[in-house]
Amino acid sequence: MPAFITPTVIAHLVLIFAVMNMLVLSSAFMVWMERKVCAYIQDRLGPNRVGFEGLLQPFADVFKLLLKEELVPKAADKLLFLLAPIISVAAALTAFSVVPFGTQITLFGLLDPPLRLEVTDVNVGILVVFAITSMGVYGIVLAGWSSNSKYSLLGGLRSSAQMISYEISYGLALAAVVMLAGSLSLREVVMNQSGYWWHLIPRWYLFLQPLGFLIFFTAGVAETNRAPFDFPEAEQELVAGYHTEYSSMSFGLFFLAEYVNMVTVSAVATSLYLGGWLGPFLPDWLGWIWFLIKTLALLFFYVWMRWTLPRYRYDQLMEFGWKYLLPVAIVNLIVTAALVIWLG
Amino acid sequence: MSLFDTDELVINMGPQHPSTHGVLRVVLRLDGERVVGADVVIGYLHRGIEKLSEHRDWQQIVMLTDRMDYVSAATSNLGYCETVEKLMQIEVPRRARYIRTILSELQRIASHNLWLGTHAMDIGAMTVFLYNFRERELILDLFEEFCGARLTYSSMRIGGLPLDIPSGWARKVSAFCDLFETKIPEYEDLLTHNRIWKERTRNIGVISGADAIAIGLTGPPLRGSGVPRDVRKDEPYAAYDEFDFDVPIGSAGDIYDRYLVRLEEFRQSLRIIRQAIAGLPEGPVVGKVPRLIKPPAGETYHAIESPKGELGFFIVSDGRSNVPYRFRVRPPSFCNLQALPRLIKGHLVADVVAMIGSIDIVLGEVDR
Amino acid sequence: MDVIAFYVFAAIAVVASLLVIGQRNPMHSVMLLIVSFGALSGLYVLLDAPFTAVTQIIVYAGAIMVLFLFVVMLLNAHTEDEVVPPTLGPHGMKVAVVLSLALAAEAIWAFSRISPTVFSNDPGLTGSISSVARIGAGIFTTHAFAFEVTSVLILVAMVGAVVIARKEA
Repeated sequence: MPAFITPTVIAHLVLIFAVMNMLVLSSAFMVWMERKVCAYIQDRLGPNRVGFEGLLQPFADVFKLLLKEELVPKAADKLLFLLAPIISVAAALTAFSVVPFGTQITLFGLLDPPLRLEVTDVNVGILVVFAITSMGVYGIVLAGWSSNSKYSLLGGLRSSAQMISYEISYGLALAAVVMLAGSLSLREVVMNQSGYWWHLIPRWYLFLQPLGFLIFFTAGVAETNRAPFDFPEAEQELVAGYHTEYSSMSFGLFFLAEYVNMVTVSAVATSLYLGGWLGPFLPDWLGWIWFLIKTLALLFFYVWMRWTLPRYRYDQLMEFGWKYLLPVAIVNLIVTAALVIWLG
Repeated sequence: MSLFDTDELVINMGPQHPSTHGVLRVVLRLDGERVVGADVVIGYLHRGIEKLSEHRDWQQIVMLTDRMDYVSAATSNLGYCETVEKLMQIEVPRRARYIRTILSELQRIASHNLWLGTHAMDIGAMTVFLYNFRERELILDLFEEFCGARLTYSSMRIGGLPLDIPSGWARKVSAFCDLFETKIPEYEDLLTHNRIWKERTRNIGVISGADAIAIGLTGPPLRGSGVPRDVRKDEPYAAYDEFDFDVPIGSAGDIYDRYLVRLEEFRQSLRIIRQAIAGLPEGPVVGKVPRLIKPPAGETYHAIESPKGELGFFIVSDGRSNVPYRFRVRPPSFCNLQALPRLIKGHLVADVVAMIGSIDIVLGEVDR
Repeated sequence: MDVIAFYVFAAIAVVASLLVIGQRNPMHSVMLLIVSFGALSGLYVLLDAPFTAVTQIIVYAGAIMVLFLFVVMLLNAHTEDEVVPPTLGPHGMKVAVVLSLALAAEAIWAFSRISPTVFSNDPGLTGSISSVARIGAGIFTTHAFAFEVTSVLILVAMVGAVVIARKEA
């Protein structure tokens, strides 16, 4: 056995593999949850035939998609048309790689040094998330452009304008947290939130940055193109927006990317504002359960919002982003900076 | 500066589009996302009902009227039957007139349910759609119990009704009214005070009362602009003159007002149904109708208030054959649709679907 | 390992940059430019400058190139079909050659004057927040003038763009 294959290396590879698959599985789970929650909100039952309570429904759907013919419009730019969904999914999956979801485990003393529960700890993790999320827009823009269809193009344009606009507020909200934590590493940000105020309120940044959390989450919803900001795919106006011309698994990939992005935004929000894996009652090495609970709560909120609210109009969204969210984000940043300097 | 010259983007919205409510085709000319012009193309659902009617005998035409406004078949039935009755001067028994009123008000609720659901869905509020269909289903059940059909009822006959209401039906209608009253606030909670809903509908597609009259709008779009015109009130038919009800009107004439008007019509319809159930007279449900229907030579126009507006029938009989000589419908959807190009000019693409929704058209009626 | 990675990234960057010029379809050029930026940011990572690497992606690949895409899409420039006749006469060519030679000479001179000590091996620089802090301090103290001038330049460009767009409307 070559020397470099140590238990740690193997554990890392397993971890990477596991995280990737968990992300894909989580998006399948999200599809199920979305349909189920939506069904209960709408007084229906939702999928309940395939597997227990329809849990296997997403897999059935994927199988169906895989068996469909992959259509490429004649007028499309074939290379970019096929590349677009891949970019979307790749960006979505990569962004999660710097999110820590637990402390470290030794797997009952098997691993030395202990394995940290994250794919990689980059010391500029927050920026990496930000950078990779901003790459996701290419998938959508390219899909819109390369389809060579007017609806797709409009969808792509809308989406890119929307993502650029909201990225700024998103970044400013991140910056405020970075200032508080004094670190760009997500792991350190989480560690900084340990402990309690008066033995009662956890030291989450949510309580120090309530406005920042709202900004982050709103911008996150806009970034992931979810209702009520789901213009790129406003089916009532643009048929299906940028993925109008897609079929088969290419379409499925966009779907996958959307859900993985949701998971990532929720996971990042959990790490930044909700104390990540920190929580009472559970031993340290089970912290990932807290992480899952918090992330799921945010995801549920996503779904809840989608099935309750109407959709903003595109210009209203841009107005909201530039005239309200951005100024508020700037004020939030300045106030935070002032407080950090003032209080040390 | 030819570098920045931009062409108008021409978009074909429909005939296959999720929110043109059928096979409406709108050719939009866009400057960016702003609509600079729109041509409405209709006719994709043309079945020649008017011409066809001139080759069917009088009772058979009831079945054809079902297929015009297929989400509101009962009111179409009523409009046609009353026109023929007017032409033949048939007296309809009071009980039949009461039941007709109940049916057409139930139908109005069902139609408005469908409208509200699809309209809200066009603006992105999906859940309202399911809520509305939940209640519409109950009305369809009532209709099914009454006449056996759920969509194309053929629920009326010249001179009255095909059959009396089944026993216990009136009680079920009252029960539905009580239930439905508790459901209206559910829609309102989701929409009326919702900020996004307001921003999407207020001051969008504004049309003044004078303009609305000039274009020939009728029904909720007209009343939304503040014109208190309602055929039920102004030229009562069926048994409407015997009931108390208000005609809700809007003030701004925008999409939001049209929405409010229709929501209030839910309540007014319930009011009418309750009065009709309470005062339902006994007696036959068919008047004295000759076995062979052959109206005397002459022509007549008669209009009723369908959920979408003034539904008028103009019928000419030559007095000799047992088919109409000329059969012409004034469909509210068709006339109201004329306002669309005017309403959407200068608005955004996203508003187009909101506008189509707020006019409430059914293509089966537009094209006939 | 590092050396292999360096050559891979460098090769991608160079080849992609060359292909950018070679494309007829501006959309493909834009995409290749993004690839080139990605490879550059990989090089920064190898230089132990993760902050610079990430900034490269955020600013260039994430923001600026999206705007490029926008322009390409909005102007609907599908392909550069028409062959533009050279507007420069033979004299223009000569001037261009002289100018580019001058530029090359300048660049060589400038690079030769850079002393290797600029690239410090200070471990503090490679830490996360400290390197960010140092970059920040550097920008706002020693290089404050250059920084402000650059911002003014960008502002002017922005105003110019607005003015041009306004004229049309």
